[in-house]
Amino acid sequence: MPAPDVNAATWIRARAPQWQALATEAATAPQRTRATVDEALSTLRTYRVMAQHLASARELLPGSFLVAALENACATLHAAINRAPRLTGGRWLALFRDDIPAAAASVRVLALWIAALLVASTFAGWWLISTYPELISLIASPRMIDGVERGHLWTYQVLDIAPPAMLSAQIFSNNVVVTLGAFCTGLLFGLGAFYMIALNGLMLGGLLAFTHQHGLALGLVKFTLAHGPVELSVMCLAAAAGTALGEAVIRPVVPSRVESLRRRAAELGPLLLGCALLLLGSGLIEGFLSPRVTVSILVRLGVGLGYWTLMLLWLSGRLIPRAPASLI
Amino acid sequence: MAEEELIVEGLTGVDISLRIAGPGTRSYAFVTDWLLRTLLALGLLLTGAVLRLILALGAHRAPGNAVMIAAGILAIATYLLYHPVVEVAMRGRTPGLRKAGARIVTLEGATPGTGALLIRNLFRLIDSLPVCYMVGLTCCMFTKQRVRFGDMVAGTVLVVDEPDPVRSLGRLSAQMQRTALSLEALRLIHDLLDRWPSLEDTRRTQLARALLAKIDPGFEPRRGETASGPALRARLERLLAGPRR
Repeated sequence: MPAPDVNAATWIRARAPQWQALATEAATAPQRTRATVDEALSTLRTYRVMAQHLASARELLPGSFLVAALENACATLHAAINRAPRLTGGRWLALFRDDIPAAAASVRVLALWIAALLVASTFAGWWLISTYPELISLIASPRMIDGVERGHLWTYQVLDIAPPAMLSAQIFSNNVVVTLGAFCTGLLFGLGAFYMIALNGLMLGGLLAFTHQHGLALGLVKFTLAHGPVELSVMCLAAAAGTALGEAVIRPVVPSRVESLRRRAAELGPLLLGCALLLLGSGLIEGFLSPRVTVSILVRLGVGLGYWTLMLLWLSGRLIPRAPASLI
Repeated sequence: MAEEELIVEGLTGVDISLRIAGPGTRSYAFVTDWLLRTLLALGLLLTGAVLRLILALGAHRAPGNAVMIAAGILAIATYLLYHPVVEVAMRGRTPGLRKAGARIVTLEGATPGTGALLIRNLFRLIDSLPVCYMVGLTCCMFTKQRVRFGDMVAGTVLVVDEPDPVRSLGRLSAQMQRTALSLEALRLIHDLLDRWPSLEDTRRTQLARALLAKIDPGFEPRRGETASGPALRARLERLLAGPRR
């Protein structure tokens, strides 16, 4: 029986020419953006051969740098073969038509509870500022307070400072940060999402009470009428999604909490994309339409309700019709 | 205790092990990317300012302001969206990760999809709290697979990306075909040549002589005593290249 090192040497010499060809194939496979059936099969064959060689090399030369080289080449091919497909037109359509409405449906009940929390905290904020008006300094800047006390709403002054496009971008980014924050902080057993909603509700109620004390509440309602319904609904949806994440940690549906969290996050991910798109629309309305004093309350109401209905139709899966089922 | 390797079940039943990157690699990659995106954003702002100046010289004040606003929005977008966009476009890599020799993979060793990469980036909001990614770094230090919250939720891991792994297999097999040296001898020569610039001259010539005496039958130790460092290095490289045809 030959000595093991002789075995290994013979084995290496016999396969070395093959490795060069395999290495070339392994280098090109990850670079391909599209592969024909033949190319895909060739990659799979290369992977299979390389895995066989890796197993033998581990037996014959454990810990050698040949094993490391084969392992690296195998890992590169493994990643290339298991790569998720790129988002094509059909996948995008399925995302907007199926995935986002499905994710929204899975948090519908939670979203209603979160909306109730928002309403309750708005009332609490109203009561707080109505009873203790001096506390307004906790939620409004001195400039805002000064303006309202002199009979001017800050909302209509912003247009004088920044152009609508800049304003829209700023509002959009602020809203996205709040919405994503509500989702991410839900990780803390849902408490972060509750906190963000309660805080926003308190601020909204407090500001309404404060402007009401100075006879400007109607102006504030008028300002928020066009963009507010969708903005607040999206915030509730994101917080509900965050709470669902927290629930996945508290009551895991699979043996591991981390795995449960991971699955729920993957299910809810598309909803956040939907939220961001809806907020983009809200930001545009808030930047271009809401600050214009010339726009009547009826137009604002129409835009607000129209956009909100559009959102409801989309999230309930009724906006984008499904293609008729194939007979095959 | 942190794991050193991520063991992935291969498609043919042969396991593949990937080395997990630690907080150091992660930080190095992040700082590199941060510098890059800051420079990109500043570059955009500078371009906007120059264009504005040019338009102002031509007495077009209004378009100049619009250009500056557009440049500002683009700069902010570049700074904030750098990671998600680049990671998706480069399939789990960024220039910083490439420089640090790391890449993002799923727990199954695959290239992560767009959804996983976006979720991973979304949770930067938590990982970056309160300052300087303290939550993320702490999480990274105390988790088995050295992951931050974003990775945990997205099911991704940062692994060491060996430099040019497939080409090294190609190089190795080419050398094996040409040379009569054993695999161990090849490894020793590679190790010594890789470390050559960082070793002191006396130390590297001593090591080269000892190695050549062991693996090269044509090397005479007595004559080798007088051989210079570059001559010894050239001899080692000739051994790797194999006999000339």
